[in-house]
Amino acid sequence: MTLAVDLALARGAFRLDVAFTAPPGLTALFGRSGSGKSTVIACLAGLARPDRGRIALDGETLLDTERGRAVPAHRRRIGTVFQEARLMPHLSVRQNLAYGRWFARGRRDRAGLEPEAVITLLGIGHLLDRRPAGLSGGEGQRVAIGRALLSRPRLLLLDEPLAALDAERKAEILPLIERLRDVAAIPLVYVSHAVSEVARLADTIVVIEGGRVAAAGPAEGILRRGDLGPYHAAEAGALLDMVVEADAPNSGLTLLSGRAGRLLVPRLNRAVGTGIRVHVPARDVLLSLDEPIGLSARNRLSGQVLALHPQADGTVLVEVDCGGAVLSARLTRASVHELGLVPGRPVFAIVKSVAFDPHGMGRAAGAVEI
Amino acid sequence: MSAAILDRLGLSPEEWSAIALSLRVAGVATLASLGPGLAVAWVLARRRFPGRALLDGLVHLPLILPPVVTGYLLLLAFGRRGTFGAVLADLGIVLSFRWTGAALACAVMGFPLMVRAMRLSLEAVDARVEQAAATLGAGPCAVFLTVTLPLALPGVLAGAVLAFAKAMGEFGATITFVSNIPGETQTLPSAIYTLTQVPGGEAGALRLTLVSVAISMAALLVSELLARRVGRRIGAG
Repeated sequence: MTLAVDLALARGAFRLDVAFTAPPGLTALFGRSGSGKSTVIACLAGLARPDRGRIALDGETLLDTERGRAVPAHRRRIGTVFQEARLMPHLSVRQNLAYGRWFARGRRDRAGLEPEAVITLLGIGHLLDRRPAGLSGGEGQRVAIGRALLSRPRLLLLDEPLAALDAERKAEILPLIERLRDVAAIPLVYVSHAVSEVARLADTIVVIEGGRVAAAGPAEGILRRGDLGPYHAAEAGALLDMVVEADAPNSGLTLLSGRAGRLLVPRLNRAVGTGIRVHVPARDVLLSLDEPIGLSARNRLSGQVLALHPQADGTVLVEVDCGGAVLSARLTRASVHELGLVPGRPVFAIVKSVAFDPHGMGRAAGAVEI
Repeated sequence: MSAAILDRLGLSPEEWSAIALSLRVAGVATLASLGPGLAVAWVLARRRFPGRALLDGLVHLPLILPPVVTGYLLLLAFGRRGTFGAVLADLGIVLSFRWTGAALACAVMGFPLMVRAMRLSLEAVDARVEQAAATLGAGPCAVFLTVTLPLALPGVLAGAVLAFAKAMGEFGATITFVSNIPGETQTLPSAIYTLTQVPGGEAGALRLTLVSVAISMAALLVSELLARRVGRRIGAG
């Protein structure tokens, strides 16, 4: 299941010209508001027509302006979750969930998820007889996700589904999307301008800036090398796949272990053995040539310098190989020079435990919930 | 049964026939306008095309023209020698000086009111919900029937009731187009008018006036009740 996209359109002063492919898993379209992400989603869903373009999903052409082919929205079988829930106000939650399923009846080529499974997954069993007007923002959005899933889509688009929700509701829905990524067995395209969401969920990142693709590739590399663009460079950092080893007693911390070594992070309340993906912001990583002593920071990982990436703002992102996992640290050019950092040089990487954002830590893709 | 009611109200058979005819004419006019009215309202609410302003003006014309003028134009077009009338006559359909012609006149006069109410309620339907329905697999027809129409229903009902009320009261265009033939084209307003023109007709005119008021009030009440029920179903419930 691969999605190939190539679109161009002009609307007044705004120009969009993007091409990317989304491999299976979750692909994040990342960029500031107004960069053209939602327009890409509208074109994918069939709700907007580009001036020129091609969209192919799993080999089937959904749009080819040169050949005059455009599959209408209702025949694309692309589920879409918008910023607002957009539930049918005159139908109950149960009828909203059944809506897409009714049009997908008789379709046997993709088993998809059964209603019971979706209702359990999203925790909306108690809402079935309610009307959309009586739902909170988070509840409405969960129903909207369920409704899209139950239409047996081949691809699920999520256009900033958390944008209209407060932090608490976001924290409630993020794990659901994580689980969706692992059980839905269809590709997901997730639009966001929040680095923490992207770091937590994405397998692939497509960075869109001013209507163009600024960078695209596996999430891990994009985040580590600071390819998110100038506005988000400060949030560049490594993604590490780790496992919960233990909750450290009386400290409010959880001990994780992985190839890089061990990390103490704020308490996660996850079972021992759960796979966790950790975003380590490069700005919170210090490098030291000697084993540090008398330092408050809890996390010290030893490794060697892998590569140096000078940034536009005069800083340098230093990639450090720690036992096969790559960390990245943002240093000033002066520090790099002073420490004599060159590829191959052994260093210690130091991270404060409080630097980790618990919202940015999710279950690793494909990890088993224990 | 009907004889008993007739006795109690003190209505003469002629008066009774005018009431029955008016109800039939207004009912047929309203039902026949529903489809075209909804289609025109949807086009005006949702489509942008050259000639849209012209269509809008054409629909509203009967509202601002003197009814007599509308009736005369209908006579020119649908009379036996009229452009459409001759073609229809060949097919065996005669409108001029028949109750069907009265229904046509009433439908034309009520059309702008019906379209206006329907259009406003269609414009109020959130197009984003319709888009969501399309992404769930609903084609344009299915979107209209399952999302647009149910959400616009209060306005559609209001439009139908307005058209019905207008048809019950239509006088000028009707009398010009189909005249005032008792039992065939003499509707309630025509009958009242006739009664006021003959000596001793005041009592009959008053009786019919009361009936007319009662029918209008009943229509308004029914539409209010329906709208409230629909509103509860759609709304904050």
